Amino acid sequence: MSMPFYVSPEQVMKDRADYARKGIARGRSLVALEYGGGIVIVAENPSRTLFKISEVYDRIAFAGVGKYNEFQMLKIGGVRLADMKGFQYSREDVTANSLANAYAQTLGQVFTHEMKPYEVEILVAEVGAGEDDPNQLFHILYDGTLMDESDFTVLGGDAERISEALEGAFTAGLDLAGAVRLGAQVLAEDGERLRAASLEVAVLERGRARRAFRRIRGSELEGLLG
Amino acid sequence: MAESPILPIFEAGADPGPSFVDLLRRISPDALTLPSSPNATALPFDAPHGTTVVAIRCEGGVVMAGDRRATAGHSIANRRIEKVFPADDFSGVAIAGTAGLAVEMVRLFQVQLEHYEKIEGEALSLEGKANQLSQMVRANLPAAMQGLVVVPLFAGYDQRRRRGRVFSYDAVGGKYEESDFSTNGSGAVHARNWIKAVWREGMSGDDAVLAAIRSLFAAADEDTATGGPDLVRGIYPLVATIDADGFRFMEEAEVARRSQALLEGPERGGAA
Repeated sequence: MSMPFYVSPEQVMKDRADYARKGIARGRSLVALEYGGGIVIVAENPSRTLFKISEVYDRIAFAGVGKYNEFQMLKIGGVRLADMKGFQYSREDVTANSLANAYAQTLGQVFTHEMKPYEVEILVAEVGAGEDDPNQLFHILYDGTLMDESDFTVLGGDAERISEALEGAFTAGLDLAGAVRLGAQVLAEDGERLRAASLEVAVLERGRARRAFRRIRGSELEGLLG
Repeated sequence: MAESPILPIFEAGADPGPSFVDLLRRISPDALTLPSSPNATALPFDAPHGTTVVAIRCEGGVVMAGDRRATAGHSIANRRIEKVFPADDFSGVAIAGTAGLAVEMVRLFQVQLEHYEKIEGEALSLEGKANQLSQMVRANLPAAMQGLVVVPLFAGYDQRRRRGRVFSYDAVGGKYEESDFSTNGSGAVHARNWIKAVWREGMSGDDAVLAAIRSLFAAADEDTATGGPDLVRGIYPLVATIDADGFRFMEEAEVARRSQALLEGPERGGAA
């Protein structure tokens, strides 16, 4: 007669978390930094077409690390939620806060109820509309843990090392070139700055009329990296 | 059936893809359809009606313009209505017909284009945008049967072909590419004749703006439903240009200055 296995809930959760963390650690990391003109997101990504950073709404961007198909699906869900809300209410009613909560609930739900947790960490960033409006950086983990961060946030398996490097090097009010260079530097494991060809960079610019999101690539990126 | 209770994520067979209209149809179908009466007769009231709009192809792009009047029956419903809208960064839409439905259609169209761009990571082609609008006009057919017709003009800068293009529509969603210019609304005939007399291949953007302002004046002169420049209140047509730099509205002061140039022009004729 076979005995049914007993596995403690603690063990189940720990196994799932380990599984998700391992998946995330296989991918490359990403940093988001507040700078004088808004928010810049810098990711290590050699692909020119499979993006980690995306526009979600007028002043809101999404970024993900880990398993591409999973964060891509989350991105699409977020764009849909934002566009639905903006269409049914008004553009001003779409906020990073409510979007981040929707993501946290979804990831939490999947983590506890599905066979396999999502192997992703995501960022929802919103740039303030005016000079005095604060920026928002929401960092959401694979299990739905939601963190509200300021100055900078780091996503990915290498986050601890990169955060430490940023603690020392970050200053408020950097210009765009300074912020991009700092991002490219802390992402590199050997302290050398990453080259344009292996970076994906996008900004949320406070000054832009409606859609604040803009990709920085090609010669502009090379120029900023110096 | 959405997999997530909050995020609209769907299973493969039910996924609306990059279409916002299909998404809305899945999640909130009431937002899309107009309750249509079973015996479709004309409405027992006059809904505000937008009148004359024009789109003119010129060197390096297109110019769109519209007068500012909306009418309900024989009354003026609005003196400052806007009938020209950006559809996205490189295209615009100008509306004639039932204003309430037209404005809502434009709002849906704008979201549809932006939604596609964000999901796919790349904007639709100009032809693709024009076809999307065609489907929306066709979806309005039940309302059109009750007299609530919406007929837009669509124009934009085609980034792949590097030139301006103009599309017109009919009430059933038929889409027709115009080679040079198009007009729509109650004063369309008068506006069209004016533009036809001055249009030249390769005309400059400035000349096209002037032709647009003059054609709207001509329409207002002959058609009671079209509003002319109102010098007392400072109400002038809405003018937009779309070229390789994108869609932008002309400043009201600039339209005013160009409209006032009419005071010395051939428009003085027929004052008696």
